[in-house]
Order: sequence, then C-alpha cells, then structure tokens
Amino acid sequence: MTSRIEVGLYVFVLATFLGYEVIRRVPSLLHTPLMSLTNAISGISLVGSLILAGARHSTLSTVLGTVAVTASTINVVGGFLITDRMLRMFRRREPRRRQAASREAEKAP
Amino acid sequence: MNDHAIQFIYLASGASFILALRWMSAPATARRGVWIGEAGMLLAIIGTLLRAEIVSYQWIVVALFLGSAIGIPMAFFMPMTAMPQRIALSHAFGALAAALVGTSEFYLHAPHIAAFTMSALGIEVVLGFLTFTGSLMAFGKLQEILPQRPIVYRGQNYMNLGMLAAAIALVVVLVVDPSHKELFPVIVALALVFGVLLIIPIGGADMPTVISLLNSYAGLSGAAMGFVLDNKVLIIAGALDGSSGFLLSLIMSRAMNRSFRNVLFGAFGQLQVSEAAGGADQRPVRSGTAEEAAMILDAARLVIIVPGYGLAVAQAQHKVKELADALMKRGVEVKFAIHPVAGRMPGHMNVLLADADVPYDLLFEMDVVNPEFAQADVALIVGANDVTNPAARTREGSPIYGMPILNVDQAQTVMVVKRSMAPGFAGIDNDLYYLDKTTMLFGDAKAMVTELVSEVSRLAVGA
Repeated sequence: MTSRIEVGLYVFVLATFLGYEVIRRVPSLLHTPLMSLTNAISGISLVGSLILAGARHSTLSTVLGTVAVTASTINVVGGFLITDRMLRMFRRREPRRRQAASREAEKAP
Repeated sequence: MNDHAIQFIYLASGASFILALRWMSAPATARRGVWIGEAGMLLAIIGTLLRAEIVSYQWIVVALFLGSAIGIPMAFFMPMTAMPQRIALSHAFGALAAALVGTSEFYLHAPHIAAFTMSALGIEVVLGFLTFTGSLMAFGKLQEILPQRPIVYRGQNYMNLGMLAAAIALVVVLVVDPSHKELFPVIVALALVFGVLLIIPIGGADMPTVISLLNSYAGLSGAAMGFVLDNKVLIIAGALDGSSGFLLSLIMSRAMNRSFRNVLFGAFGQLQVSEAAGGADQRPVRSGTAEEAAMILDAARLVIIVPGYGLAVAQAQHKVKELADALMKRGVEVKFAIHPVAGRMPGHMNVLLADADVPYDLLFEMDVVNPEFAQADVALIVGANDVTNPAARTREGSPIYGMPILNVDQAQTVMVVKRSMAPGFAGIDNDLYYLDKTTMLFGDAKAMVTELVSEVSRLAVGA
C-alpha cells in the first residue's frame, strides 16, 4: 500500500517537472491551442468515469458516472477537434523557394 | 483482459500525451501533436473498457454519444473570438467529471477509506467543485451574461479564505474519521460557493490569468483522482495539465506585473483608479484623417501593427489583414507586435489573426519586436491601450508601473485607432496620446481601418 502511494507521488512529481520543461518550450504563438490541447487531455478523467458508469456499484455511482462520462467526452471530442481546427489556420507566407520556383517555371517556356 | 497489459496500455497513453505537448513547441509539428494525443486518448479508453470491473455498457454508450453530440458541434461552430468562453466551459466540464467521480468514490467506500486516499479525495472534490462553479462564472463573464465589472466588498478576501479554510478543516476531519458521512455534502457546498466568490472580484482584463489558473486547478483535481483510483495515467495527465496552467498563469501575471502571491489568492482584478487619473489631462492631442495617415503609411519602410482586444471587439481582424496586404504590395514591410495579454486568454490574439489569414511569421512576441520599434517608421495601434502606455516605464506611482510594454513610443510616428480618449482597463490616461509624434485616428476600429485600406489602394492606383 505504502509503496503504491510512493510510486504515485514519484510519477506526479516527475510528470510535473517534465510538463514544466516541455511546456516552457511552447511559443506564446501557440498558447491558446496548447490550453485547448491540455483541456482535451484532461478528458482523461474518462478513465475514472467509465469505470463508474459501467460497474453497477449503486444507482448513485451509475448516475454520477454517466454525467461524468458525458462531461469528459465533451472535452475529449471537442478539445481535440477544435485544437486541430485552430492549428490548421496557422499558415506561413508562401515560402520564398516556391515563389522563386514558380517564377522560373514561368520563364522556362 | 490481463491487468498488466492494461497497465502497459496506460503507460503508452501517458507517453503519447507527453509527446503531444512536446510537438506543440512549433507550428510545423503541432498538428502531429494533436494526432498523437488523440491516439493516446483512444488507447486509454480502450484499455479502460477492457477492464473487468465494467459489466454494463448501456450507460457508457449513452454518455459517449451524448458527449460527442454536444462536443462536435461546439468544436465546429464556435467562432475564434469565443475561444476563451469555450475553454472556460471545458475547464468546468473537466472539473465536474473529476468532482463527481470523487463524490461517488466517497459514498462507495466510506467509512473504509485510508487516510492518504481520503486526503487525495478531499483535494479532488474541493478543487473539482470550486473549479466547476468558478469556470462557469468565468464563462458567464466572458459571454457577457454576467457583469464584467469586478464586484468588491469589504472583508471579501477574509470571507473567501475563511470558506476555503472551513472546507479544508472538514476534509481533515474526514481524513481522521471517514465515518462522518454527513460532512461530505457540506464540503461540496462550501467548494461550490467558494468557486463563485473567487471569480466575483475579477474584471475582464484579468481573464487571461484566471483562465490559466482554473486550467491548473482542473488538472490538479484530475491528478488527485489518479491517486484515489491508483491510476498512473490520470496522475501523469493531471500533472501535465496542472503544470501547464501554472506556467501560463505565471507568464500572464508577469505580463501584467502582478505578484504571484496576488494570483494565488485570487486577489486580482482590483486595479484601483489611482490619483494618476485624477489629474484629468487637458493636454492637446493631434487627430488626423485616414487620408493623411494612408500617405504616411504608404511612404514608410517598416510599419509595426499593434493589435489589442479592441480590434477583436470591433471584428476588425480581416480588415487589418487587408491593410497589411495592401501595404506589403506597395513594398512596405509589415510586422505585428503581440503583447502576451493582448486578448482574453493566453495566445488569443495570435489565433484571431491566424483566423483572419495573417501568416504567423508576421506575428512577433513582445521581446522579439521591442528592439525593432526604433527602426519603425510607423507604429499603428488598433484597439490596444494600457500595453502601450510609457507610464509603465516612467511614472512610479502609476498602477501599471513596471508592467512590460511594447515600445511603440520609439517609432518615428505613432498612429492610434481609437473610439475616444476613454482610458483602458487600468483606468489611467495614456501618455502616448500626447506625444508630438502621435496622431489619433478617432473612430470605430473596423470603419477606420477600412478607410485606411481604401486610401492606400487609391494611392496605389494613382501611382
């Protein structure tokens, strides 16, 4: 029992530091998609909710579990879709190379 | 299915989430990050559905269907200006899920709950419920269902902290003796009310910090659930979410020059209108017309556009993009300077401009673009105010003193598109408007920028 708690705490502390270092590298350009992505990932509470909704412990836990699954599913489905929708909008200018290439293509014939 | 196999699936899922965030570090790989995140989530769901505890799929199917039916349309039809509201709402959903799982775990196992599990459960439920109502309040304020103005009264902080302390004290009682089932609803009620009270004193300008903070709380609540259920992937995802929100709120509070203690105790949103505003300046300002401005813009080599939230309110993003295009066609170099709090959530302005098809390599962060103002012929400010106020550098008594600002006053010419001389969120006068080099272009942002576009195009035709 104690060792399970210890392992859990190790995982938590290491994941927090890792998260901090990884997220520090995300440019402010992408902070909104980042938050939307972490939101989708926080839908991982599905893992806990699914067990409740499907385990038939008691009526209360089935009801609460079903509401929780609905709420997390909204986050998961909506979160990933909208993050992708946002990221699709981020475009660079036409790369110089391609412009040059097309100009040369015009000259060629 | 074999329990070890499920644990490996969870491990793979946790690793995918870390990779997903890793790939968010550049626009070129960011979409790949979303895909691996989706894969990780799918793995976790499949792994869970295979577990022996699940005996009935009926309600799971109903809930999955219902959640998708709500989530999918929201993802496709939500306009980008409404992004902060949507994020606030999804903090609320995420926190609610965690809190409900905690509640039902309590009633399933009380009074046989070990002290450590009960502590984690207490954190999960208190953070979950307070984030739930807090995020709903933030949603209401952002959606303008609720008044945006901060509501403050005397002793507010003592009352709020008192309620939180009471909730924590009751959790401690349950940790010592989990048989006091009757205390649990009281804890839930205290957390729900505390969430509301936490957001009441917060004004619109502080929303970027608040949303980040709620993000962090929702994540920590999920991590606490991981401890209750002894599930490592929940701990990993919750910790990632928690540190992400924490880091973003740090960045936001730094950008607004708030101390971190200020943020932690939710005592923000109380920028007082200080005596700096009292001196009601009657200094002269120079106002100009679109025609004059267009000529200066047309003759410039480098124009730096400074967009603020006012631009989004006026829905002028697309017109600004047209102006940038028109100028670039005339050989003018155009850059956009983005202050960290330009918008209602971290990075919001970048998304709004990307939505208007502005290429992201024209968007520059404050630290990168600040040295360039000295070389700029024109700084064109559209809908931004406090983040351009030189008082932040010079006037020690000013409420925004010390706040990092965009160095627009170093440009050759400053143009400000603004409705009136009304002060910004900080409630103070902007010294910038009285400089000799500043021209005020009074009018609605969208209408004024539209005029600028047509004047610049006319110059192009004339030439």
